Amino acid sequence: MAWHSVAKSADLDDDEVIGVEVDGKEIAVYKLGGVYYATHNICTHEYACLSDGYIEGDRIECPLHQGYFHIPTGKAQGAPVTEDIPTYPVKEEDGEILVDVPDK
Amino acid sequence: MVVGAGQAGGRAVEAMRAAGFNGRVALIGEEAYPPYERPPLSKKLLTGEVEVETTYLNPVEFYADGDIEFMAGVRAESLDVEARRLGLSSGAEVVFDKLLLATGGRVRRLAVPGAALAGVFYVHTIDDSLALRAALAGARSVVAVGGGYLGLEAAAAARVMGLEVTVVEREANLLDRVAAPEIGRVVGDLHARHGTRVMTGADVAAIEGEGRVSGVRLADGTVLAADAVVVSIGIIPNTELAEAAGCEVGDGIVVDEFGETTVPGIYAAGDVANHPNGFLGRTLRLESWQNAQNQAIAAARAMCGAPVPYNEVPWFWSDQYGVNIQLAGVPERWDDIVFRGDPGTGAFSAFYLLEGRVVGVTGFNAAPDVRFGRKLIEARAAVDAETLKNPDVKLKDLVRQTVSTAAAAG
Repeated sequence: MAWHSVAKSADLDDDEVIGVEVDGKEIAVYKLGGVYYATHNICTHEYACLSDGYIEGDRIECPLHQGYFHIPTGKAQGAPVTEDIPTYPVKEEDGEILVDVPDK
Repeated sequence: MVVGAGQAGGRAVEAMRAAGFNGRVALIGEEAYPPYERPPLSKKLLTGEVEVETTYLNPVEFYADGDIEFMAGVRAESLDVEARRLGLSSGAEVVFDKLLLATGGRVRRLAVPGAALAGVFYVHTIDDSLALRAALAGARSVVAVGGGYLGLEAAAAARVMGLEVTVVEREANLLDRVAAPEIGRVVGDLHARHGTRVMTGADVAAIEGEGRVSGVRLADGTVLAADAVVVSIGIIPNTELAEAAGCEVGDGIVVDEFGETTVPGIYAAGDVANHPNGFLGRTLRLESWQNAQNQAIAAARAMCGAPVPYNEVPWFWSDQYGVNIQLAGVPERWDDIVFRGDPGTGAFSAFYLLEGRVVGVTGFNAAPDVRFGRKLIEARAAVDAETLKNPDVKLKDLVRQTVSTAAAAG
């Protein structure tokens, strides 16, 4: 476990998502109502970056097939996605967004 | 009872169990395969980048595990509404309380001399795709008849496989049935850049060859040499069972927002269903992945006593030469097209406006734009064309502002 700085706080507005890479792992970082969240960035259905997707409430919609994941828990919510997506601890410190990504 | 084990049938039986229905669920499919998604058939399955199993909605054992009777290789041939009974090609008869017709369509065949020659292909089923893949592997040149999305995807796949490819479209523009001429031209340029010959306004007079295809003769006498011909000129909805049952039929089986036909207890979904769309303000039949999935789920829920009306802005996608093209809305009329980004750069979107409101959007490698465009179509809100095309304005903000204004205006 290690905290990695992935972006500046200023890079992310409310209700936005960005894609970042940590140790070769693709991560999506979200800001919802002032709170940060992080999930794996690649949809569990087919290869697509959730960071290109659409935030609706507390869900992210995949840009490819409109499958939904619950951002805080990573739960898959309806066809065609069936498999949950991993989530990661995230925090803000001194204007930086930090994500805790497990090593291997 | 569900007739038709395509994407609609497959998603329907899944949704019936998900809705908590504990009774008998049976799925009857004419093909040998479990329910699968068709989009890869003209893309990665055709090029061999993926194999058959990856197209399945669920693993084969899913159906038995979920107590769903799946009958493969069986065709429903007769329907007795009074007795609630289906006659099957196996000779068996099955009875039902409620029936979903997810019978899809069959390919429209080219009606010219030589159309039955060996080497003429269609792309509608897994077996079609595999047969074409095998033929392309041994061919040098191919002519794609029909410049809609399916034909263009097959053409792109053949070109990527290294063949000489010509696309022949009868209308003056590619994608004539589904997109503005401007968009058709951008797609035509994409194909031309990859070395495909695109001929529009060209009618096929005959397929030539002795025993098997050697070329395609056009109405003006031009002969295009070809080892294989791929025909993609649309599908014909399979409405025969519904007609026999007395259901109203008119460009597909007429259904309401819950997927129910004019005969109570008989439902239809997917490519075959002509259904109302509140956002478009009309009824229509859609041949799309989204509709096959979500309209079928809506019908399944209604059949299980948990009705939720189906109403979504139609949405489609296509992949050609690594470009992801997405569309939302089915605009019939528009008075302006606003481009966001430059078509020359490969990533842009185009918004169809009618009387100042967004009625459709197409994006090339611009999925987020299309998603926001869908919101604008749903809101039916007035937007300013200059704001829409301004790259400094985030669509997220425009949507938020527009949608709240529209809501306030009631």
